[in-house]
Amino acid sequence: MSLADGVAGVLWFGITLYAVFGGADFGAGVWNLLAGGSERGAAPRELIDDTIGPVWEANHTWLIFDLVILWTAFPIAFSSVMTTLFIPLSIAALGIVLRGSGFAFGKMVSALPARRLLGVIFAISSVLTPFFMGTVVGAIVSGRVPVGNEGGDPITSWLNPTSILIGVLFVLTSAYLAAVWLVTDARREDKPELERYFTIRAVATASVAGAIAGVGLFVLHDEAPYVYDGLTSDALPLVLFSVACGLGVIVGLLRGVRRGTRVLASAAVVAVVWGWGLAQYPYLLPEKLDIAAAAASDASLTALVVVSAIALVVIGPSLLFLYTLSQRSLLEE
Amino acid sequence: MADLAPLLAASDLIWARTQMAFTLGSHIVLACIGVAFPAMMMIANYRGLKKDDPVALTLAQRWSKVTAVTFAVGAVTGTLLSFEIGLLWPGLMSRFGEVFGIPFAIEGIFFFTEAIFIAIYIYGWERLSPWVHFWSGVPIVIAGIGGALAVVTANAWMNTPRGFSMGPDGKVTDVKPLEAILNPASFYEVPHMILAAYMVTGFLVASVYAVGMLRGRRDRYHRLGFLIPFTVAAIATPVQIFVGDVAAREIARDQPVKFAAIEYVQKTSTNVPEHIGGILVDGKVKYAISLPGMNSFLVGWSTDTKVIGLDSVPPSERPPANTLLHLAFGAMVMIGFALLALALWLAVAWWRRRDIPRTPWFLRAASVAGIASVVALECGWIVTEVGRQPWVVYRLLRTEDAVTTAGGVEVTFAVIVGLYLVLGIATVQLLRWMARRWRSEDDVDVPYSPRAKPRDAAPAGTP
Repeated sequence: MSLADGVAGVLWFGITLYAVFGGADFGAGVWNLLAGGSERGAAPRELIDDTIGPVWEANHTWLIFDLVILWTAFPIAFSSVMTTLFIPLSIAALGIVLRGSGFAFGKMVSALPARRLLGVIFAISSVLTPFFMGTVVGAIVSGRVPVGNEGGDPITSWLNPTSILIGVLFVLTSAYLAAVWLVTDARREDKPELERYFTIRAVATASVAGAIAGVGLFVLHDEAPYVYDGLTSDALPLVLFSVACGLGVIVGLLRGVRRGTRVLASAAVVAVVWGWGLAQYPYLLPEKLDIAAAAASDASLTALVVVSAIALVVIGPSLLFLYTLSQRSLLEE
Repeated sequence: MADLAPLLAASDLIWARTQMAFTLGSHIVLACIGVAFPAMMMIANYRGLKKDDPVALTLAQRWSKVTAVTFAVGAVTGTLLSFEIGLLWPGLMSRFGEVFGIPFAIEGIFFFTEAIFIAIYIYGWERLSPWVHFWSGVPIVIAGIGGALAVVTANAWMNTPRGFSMGPDGKVTDVKPLEAILNPASFYEVPHMILAAYMVTGFLVASVYAVGMLRGRRDRYHRLGFLIPFTVAAIATPVQIFVGDVAAREIARDQPVKFAAIEYVQKTSTNVPEHIGGILVDGKVKYAISLPGMNSFLVGWSTDTKVIGLDSVPPSERPPANTLLHLAFGAMVMIGFALLALALWLAVAWWRRRDIPRTPWFLRAASVAGIASVVALECGWIVTEVGRQPWVVYRLLRTEDAVTTAGGVEVTFAVIVGLYLVLGIATVQLLRWMARRWRSEDDVDVPYSPRAKPRDAAPAGTP
């Protein structure tokens, strides 16, 4: 394994964390959107607000981390993606601005007459952002991003069956993660009706996501043969593991077992992210740009590894401290 | 659609530059508050604990909530910037991303740390013992300064790029990250920016309490709320003027074309006059107060000092909007000295009577000092960015060669302007709403805070 492979691993680690924590956060926004009218939706919304409060920034900082690693370690890949996928990435970025504003102003907004409208805007951005990020991944795996600043097709690169498939899967996965998260929170806050509410939704989204992913394999077979081959050979164990975790969550939820469902649900997402990585290894842009060709000089990569190690040492314990503090306060109240 | 593409691409440069300027110019104000406000909050916290001063503690607690709001908004505008740097300038990132990406990675650590500890600090008001809570706030201050340091070295690198070699094909080789970070401009840009952050935040926060005092709220809460940030900013001001003066001389050496444009130096020569004000018409300075030989003197302490002029490079390598540059620089310097005068005013009054000057004119001046320091900040930003044009990486990469070929930037620009206007208004409204609630002795909930606890909603007898 080369140094560049190692940094690609660090990048994937960051992507994984963003997929799990950022995903759960967007998913919470999805449920906020679907919670219904202000009276009917009040209880689930309150639970959602409680759970995403303190860690929002931490969740989304992984995205900045990923972008910085990508542009420093693999500048060509970064600029190629940014050029061809200008439109979906711009929409995703705007979605993040809206989503973040919702977080910043949420507590004030609840006192405004226009809160319904604003709530809907913030919630819609929780759907748009993962969807368009999914279309970006779809464009990459289906080989629609050429190398360099000339750019691929500005529209069809991300408006195609693979992109739409992965976009939809991203939204569903986010919603699924959030629902599993919220089931546990509802139990801890001793709200059985909300526990049931989110159990139904978790199982439903898991089933739909599973079904769509199954059908999606045919789309990948046609449009992204390289990744399809990887997913059905080297990465197959990870895919099967993900399916097993997903089924485990469904069984656990239906039987009322709460312990471990969060871990299993996250593991299912982690396995898919790494399955994708393994399936397109050694390429960053399948069959167009591999890790070695895209990699920055060793000095830059070494510096990134050092910085990442420092980040781990500094941020790890701090995050742990924050999570402990926030969980303890939830318990106290 | 296809035949429209070249037409759109041609206009991309101007829109991309405008969008970058607009989003950075907005973010920089929030970033300053994020860098410097925690320090003032910690001073209030320290005073509150050390002298058992409940008013200072109330200030610290409220300021921590304001910090949370501005930090959350700043995180949003900052995230957009990390997208934009790739979306708008892929040519910059593909060629130099590996060199100047490292400081951004370092900045990422500081940002993350700051976000986490802001949350811990806000949580900690009710859940940690007073001194443990105080120490949980210290990392916020350090991370703020560290983050500013890292990100400004990246900007300094664009002005004085170092730490790599260029192959014959223009490809970057032999990267030395530490040399890139420690480029010459870092040594004056970093302190200049951090001091600016402390000045802007200090004068801005103080101006809020100055307005309050002018409206008759002359209690101890307002006095302390005014004095802590104002004193910090007042101490930073003379240091800033010194650093700025050093920086100008360094720029004359490192980035002579930028300096020539700032100072209207048309031809390389000695005994160059210093123009105060004035506009440039067809290469001639008009309506300026010109001090003979002064510019040469300021650059090298002698009127015989040779100052490099704009004629040292072909017109295609000179910055645009020369009048704007010169006036922006002049405005920044003038505001700097006006703020120094204001700081001295307080210093003299304090030395004589241990009190804020009695005349309302002092408070009136202090209440515009906040806005004035923001204007100075933006002027300085214009000087360094527009002054580097037409280069995005000085003398290595032209901005027009770095811009995206995607087309359609005018659309994203229009959307972002609309969005930021709403965001700006909402931020100000939110802060005013918080202030109103506080005046009626009501507490407020902010981002990062544990959960909604409106006093009026809690039923009587709740533990």
